[in-house]
Amino acid sequence: MAAESKIDPMHQFQISPLAGDLNGSPFVFTNSALWMLVVLALIWIFMLGGMKRELVPGRWQAMVEGVTGFVSSMVTTNIGPEGRKYIPWVFTVFMFILFANLLGMMPFALLGAHPFTVTSQFTVTGIMAIISFAIVLVVGFWRHGFHFFSLFIPHGTPKVLLPLIFLIELLSFMVRPFSLALRHFVAMIAGHILVEVFGSFVVQGINAGGMGPAISLLSFVFIVGVMALEILVCAIQAYVFALLTSLYINDAVNLH
Amino acid sequence: MDLASAQVIGAGLAAVGVGAAAIGVGNVFGSFLESAIRNPAAADSQQGRLFIGFAAAELLGLIAFAVAMIILYAR
Repeated sequence: MAAESKIDPMHQFQISPLAGDLNGSPFVFTNSALWMLVVLALIWIFMLGGMKRELVPGRWQAMVEGVTGFVSSMVTTNIGPEGRKYIPWVFTVFMFILFANLLGMMPFALLGAHPFTVTSQFTVTGIMAIISFAIVLVVGFWRHGFHFFSLFIPHGTPKVLLPLIFLIELLSFMVRPFSLALRHFVAMIAGHILVEVFGSFVVQGINAGGMGPAISLLSFVFIVGVMALEILVCAIQAYVFALLTSLYINDAVNLH
Repeated sequence: MDLASAQVIGAGLAAVGVGAAAIGVGNVFGSFLESAIRNPAAADSQQGRLFIGFAAAELLGLIAFAVAMIILYAR
């Protein structure tokens, strides 16, 4: 009985080709690519709806202005007035992550479509983190030249400790893209696994009979709370990614 | 003990770190709330730092989760 209904929480993260062959050509249209396009289309619709530039904003325009104002105020408070140059990237990352996360939470399975969370792949979050890190490096070396290395030496470090502090700071600097990418991807994976496992409990409890339905009910109540938490986490992760990106850019622009 | 059961036990032990991170995250928000109630006027300006602390505390729990998954699905 237990063997036939084994829970497979990792199945939802599988990338499967929709057109083409994964072993054949290097460019395959996968379900990940499809959901990325859906995210892009949704962002496009969202932004176009709010760009009518009415003098008195309607609901939609107020929504879009709320998001853009939120990101631009976050960037300018963290980087300063020079930070306006970096708003496009931070805004892109924030919107893409937010929409991809929330789209992954939508119950499309009810309609028969298999939902796929784009940001649950380390490659996707990794590429975004690497681009953020590259911006930091390029901006840092462009503006400050080799003086950029003084970022690794805090003010007032004793001469004896200099090599050690430099190594530690360098290590913590180099680990940034990994932590940025890992945090987001693992948060998504963990939430989806949790939902999947307790969703399976509901189904299996009903099938089991006896005390099963009681356990189903408990799992169902629990899963409602977890879903609410997950939607919160989706927004927080998008916010944290954008916030940390702007903080790292601040390091490069202002050197402490 | 065969490899499969050792893997499951190891993953369970690694998952303890997630609970430790829960303490950390609770500490971050708890301390913030404690001081925000003392001085509500300064609370909003510190929200960015709140989420930086949250992200740092949460990251370690998520790493523990990743380690558990690596142990569980390792061959």
